[in-house]
Amino acid sequence: MNKENKLKIFVDNIKFPLLAIFLSFIIGSIFIIAVGKNPIVAYAALFSGSLGGLPKIGETLLKTTPLIFTGLSIAFAFRAGLFNIGAEGQYIMGAISTVAAAWIFRDLPGAILVVVIIFAGAIGGGLWAAIPGILKAKLGVHEVIVTIMLNYTALFFSNYVVRKVLNPSLLQGTEQKAYTVLIPEKARLTQLHEFIPQFEYSSVNTGIFIAIFCAFVIYFLLFKTTLGYELRSVGNNRYAAEYGGISVSKNIVLSMVISGMLAGLAGAATVAGLTFKVDQASGMPGYGFTGIAVALVGKNHPLGVLAAALLFGILSNGARKMQIAGIPKEIVGIIQGVIIVFIAGEAILKYLPSLKKKDKKTKEVA
Amino acid sequence: MSILIMAIIASTLRLATPLIFSAIGGVFSERAGVVNIALEGIMIMGAFFSILSMHFFNSPWLAVLVAILAGIITSLLLGVLAIHLRANQVVAGVAINLLAASLTSYLLVMVWKRSGQTDSVASNLTVNPFPVLAKIPVIGVLFDGLTPFVYLALITVAIAYYVIFKTPFGLRLRSVGEHPAAADTLGINVYKTRYIAVMISGALAGLSGAALSLGTVNLFRNGMTSGKGFIALAAMIFGKWHPVGALLACLFFGLAEAVQIQAASLGLSWIPSEFLQMLPYIATILALAGVVGKSVAPAADGEPYEKGHR
Repeated sequence: MNKENKLKIFVDNIKFPLLAIFLSFIIGSIFIIAVGKNPIVAYAALFSGSLGGLPKIGETLLKTTPLIFTGLSIAFAFRAGLFNIGAEGQYIMGAISTVAAAWIFRDLPGAILVVVIIFAGAIGGGLWAAIPGILKAKLGVHEVIVTIMLNYTALFFSNYVVRKVLNPSLLQGTEQKAYTVLIPEKARLTQLHEFIPQFEYSSVNTGIFIAIFCAFVIYFLLFKTTLGYELRSVGNNRYAAEYGGISVSKNIVLSMVISGMLAGLAGAATVAGLTFKVDQASGMPGYGFTGIAVALVGKNHPLGVLAAALLFGILSNGARKMQIAGIPKEIVGIIQGVIIVFIAGEAILKYLPSLKKKDKKTKEVA
Repeated sequence: MSILIMAIIASTLRLATPLIFSAIGGVFSERAGVVNIALEGIMIMGAFFSILSMHFFNSPWLAVLVAILAGIITSLLLGVLAIHLRANQVVAGVAINLLAASLTSYLLVMVWKRSGQTDSVASNLTVNPFPVLAKIPVIGVLFDGLTPFVYLALITVAIAYYVIFKTPFGLRLRSVGEHPAAADTLGINVYKTRYIAVMISGALAGLSGAALSLGTVNLFRNGMTSGKGFIALAAMIFGKWHPVGALLACLFFGLAEAVQIQAASLGLSWIPSEFLQMLPYIATILALAGVVGKSVAPAADGEPYEKGHR
């Protein structure tokens, strides 16, 4: 393939996401005008709030970190023909497993403990995703419904662990609180401001590097290995893949597990780098659902996911700054929703010309 | 003890009511072949717009109508995306859920000038519409706990059963969900039938939202649906895409919630409440795995239909 061709494919791939983003910002400005504000001022606040200066960029990268993981998680599953709506639940299981591992292995030396708890998070998410994977592979149960149900199951399970198992009152004799024990200081990810002081006040940590590293690993896995080829074949046409001698059920389980591990890592990175504990929660953390948008905008490509995660990181960090400027931060949610609506309806933009032709043909025959 | 039992039956019915409306809505849409993950978002719209119109017009039944209308309009977005644009229905549903949550909290800020929750409105839809029934000994207590929505929900199930299984429209609806190409050959308009089904599901999910806001707390709070749309979806699957099955599943899920609320007075506080909360979700997974009998979705559920394409 020559360079020009590659460039053309690249442009074709990013054309629709860019158009969707652009249109969403236009629609967002209608809502901004409706509250009597100037969209330019609002968007300026949004972007300066998330990119104006290193501390703000740090916070944006902090918000981007879990989105890279959940975006990769969903994109990876998509590539294998699976729709993982369960990244929320896998995130929750990853987070609670991280705290549990930090408590169980608290006597290990720091450097080892960090690795152990991050892996524990990945394993927690991976095992949780294995359930819909096995049900799909063995019984043909659709993964969408199972993963939705498991999201809520994970939420309540985690709340139970928070209240009854890893609660400081049970473990340390202090008063009952609705959050878990803190992970020991030696198990925490390094804050970037410790070696780049310009990141002052921002909690961005080495988790961002783990996320970017994972994006490259997933890229390599998908496009440069036999396993990745098999996974993508199953995603493209499972019957053809089966005919070609690929074990479909093995690949379904495996891709769900890897997808779940990535979502679990989002939970692990958040616990080890930012919160150091898990709180009792009444609702979903939201990273899983935003991850769907990230994967869609990123065209299910690991490097596209990196760019899309950064965009959503900018949006969510800038939202607060916009609110300070007197504009409801909910507008950012509207923009995110509209982006997905456009991308969901993208098929029409692509197929419309061919459709019209087909319709004409049918009519001629009739 | 009998009073406690009556109270639990009443609160089971009351808690199941929003689920029943949405689950029946889901039955209509999925029987026609459109997966409706957007039930949650449509409920949010119904819940918000019923409170909004109560705030402005102070007329409870008008508010219910507005909720239904808001539900229909929201479902049309799903309809256009899923039926005409052949979008991935799950992605479309997720987008609508996200949009509904953001849009309502945006409007909440605009109208009430604060975020979180609206002011309370006064509606008479939270009280027993037939005070006479409450005078019956022993079971009177039961009727005292029932709101007009509860009666409406039960009537809806009966109507849905009749429409889906006893009318020509129901036959068409089921045929486009099972084999749209065959239905098309017979001269059934697949797109139109699916649009109507999705709009019915939107109307019912909107009504469900009104039952949640106007029928219980008389206000709207961000996140007040807290996954009830997904529970309704679960109930629909658990009930095997059948109105009566969905009703029974909703009652079962309602009972689980009622028991959890009454756990202390039932002497069940030793069961962690989280496990009772998990029950509907785990039950649904077991139902799907075939543990509680086989549950088969309509054959074309989730499949966009393209005329003249095989």
